[in-house]
Amino acid sequence: MTELSSNTLSKKDALVQYAAQIGDNGLIIGHRMSEWCFRAPSLEMEMALMNCALDLIGQARELYSYAGTAGGDGRTEDDFAYLRDEIDFRNALLAEAPNGDWGDTIVRLFFMSAYNKLFFTALARSKDKELAAIGAKSLKEVVYHLRFSSEWLIRLGDGTAESRRRVQNSIDNLWMFTGELFTLNDAEKSLLEDGIAVDVTALKADWDQMVDAVLEQATLKRPENDWAQSGGKAEGRHTEHFGYILTDLQFMQRRYPGCEW
Amino acid sequence: MVSTFKNFDPDKVWTILEEVKDPEIPVLSIVDLGIAREVKDAKDGRLEVVISPTYSGCPAMYMLEEQIRETLTRHGFPDHQVTTSLSPAWTTDWMTEKGKRKLEAYGIAPPEKTTSNKAMLFGGQKKISCPQCKSDNTEQISEFGSTACKALYRCLDCKEPFDYFKCI
Repeated sequence: MTELSSNTLSKKDALVQYAAQIGDNGLIIGHRMSEWCFRAPSLEMEMALMNCALDLIGQARELYSYAGTAGGDGRTEDDFAYLRDEIDFRNALLAEAPNGDWGDTIVRLFFMSAYNKLFFTALARSKDKELAAIGAKSLKEVVYHLRFSSEWLIRLGDGTAESRRRVQNSIDNLWMFTGELFTLNDAEKSLLEDGIAVDVTALKADWDQMVDAVLEQATLKRPENDWAQSGGKAEGRHTEHFGYILTDLQFMQRRYPGCEW
Repeated sequence: MVSTFKNFDPDKVWTILEEVKDPEIPVLSIVDLGIAREVKDAKDGRLEVVISPTYSGCPAMYMLEEQIRETLTRHGFPDHQVTTSLSPAWTTDWMTEKGKRKLEAYGIAPPEKTTSNKAMLFGGQKKISCPQCKSDNTEQISEFGSTACKALYRCLDCKEPFDYFKCI
């Protein structure tokens, strides 16, 4: 894998990677949530998670299709989802965190949805018309995810001693993956000046405000240590969990290359 | 408006499109739902139908597109083009009044007009009328229902659970 830098990345390649990496976030967290299918604590909770997963994977399909069109090399959405390897995926590490218990899943979705709401609001103003259209459409969907996860976070935090202890634990464990959301990688830096990419560093203050408000209502504590683990978004360096996601997600294509149905 | 259609009568095409129904809500056509956005001349002179997906992940979209192709072909338009448009994003405001009445008769509470308070995280729950007994004494069970476009409610008077077509 060659070292990527904004000097060597052509504008076209940057756009392909940018569209694909936004899709990666959705596909990976969407796949994670789909792992709850038949396992959620109640039918309503399961349907809610599957609905959110469907939105996120649907958004990923739009983004991958666009990445293929922008690249002009005939790649389809399936090529992006099934035929790339670990290092090619540029999702934020938060998206791939294991499901854990219900609290872990809710906290992961809450952190991501708060980010997604701000991100897609800004993407809707992108100079790239297709990304702007996907941003405006996705925004309508992630608002529901944010409300669902916020309500659950408040219920768990301001719930029993056990639910409060466990969900605080989820927050403490996942906190170190939130900082990466607000870092710029080379594709983003390259597209910032054209008004195509969102300046995610500018979203942090609003995200803090949104998260603090819900944490306060949930009587939960915001962790003090802001040290952030990164690597997924910048260079495709993932947590040890990622390989297992791909073996599941890409099983059919790896076992039967080129299979269609 | 001056019509520039060369090879087809747009009114006839719209009538044909009425035959394409939503697989999950078979009383509603893609015209009722506002999924069919435009009927026009494509650049190459062919008939072009523009559709807009409801939700990004709606699994019915592929099937609807296939049904549009099949229906147009059956009615003498084998040479056509179906394109998907994401912008402006589909909204329940595009559902026709006729569509809303059919939806309610089918047992699904129709969407209300979208409001401007989307920025609010916890908006007050809207009062939705029960499609069975018309009572307003209802409550939301879950904001997510059997398909992406529906929420689950229950009527506190007739005790029936029902779907609400949520507005986006």
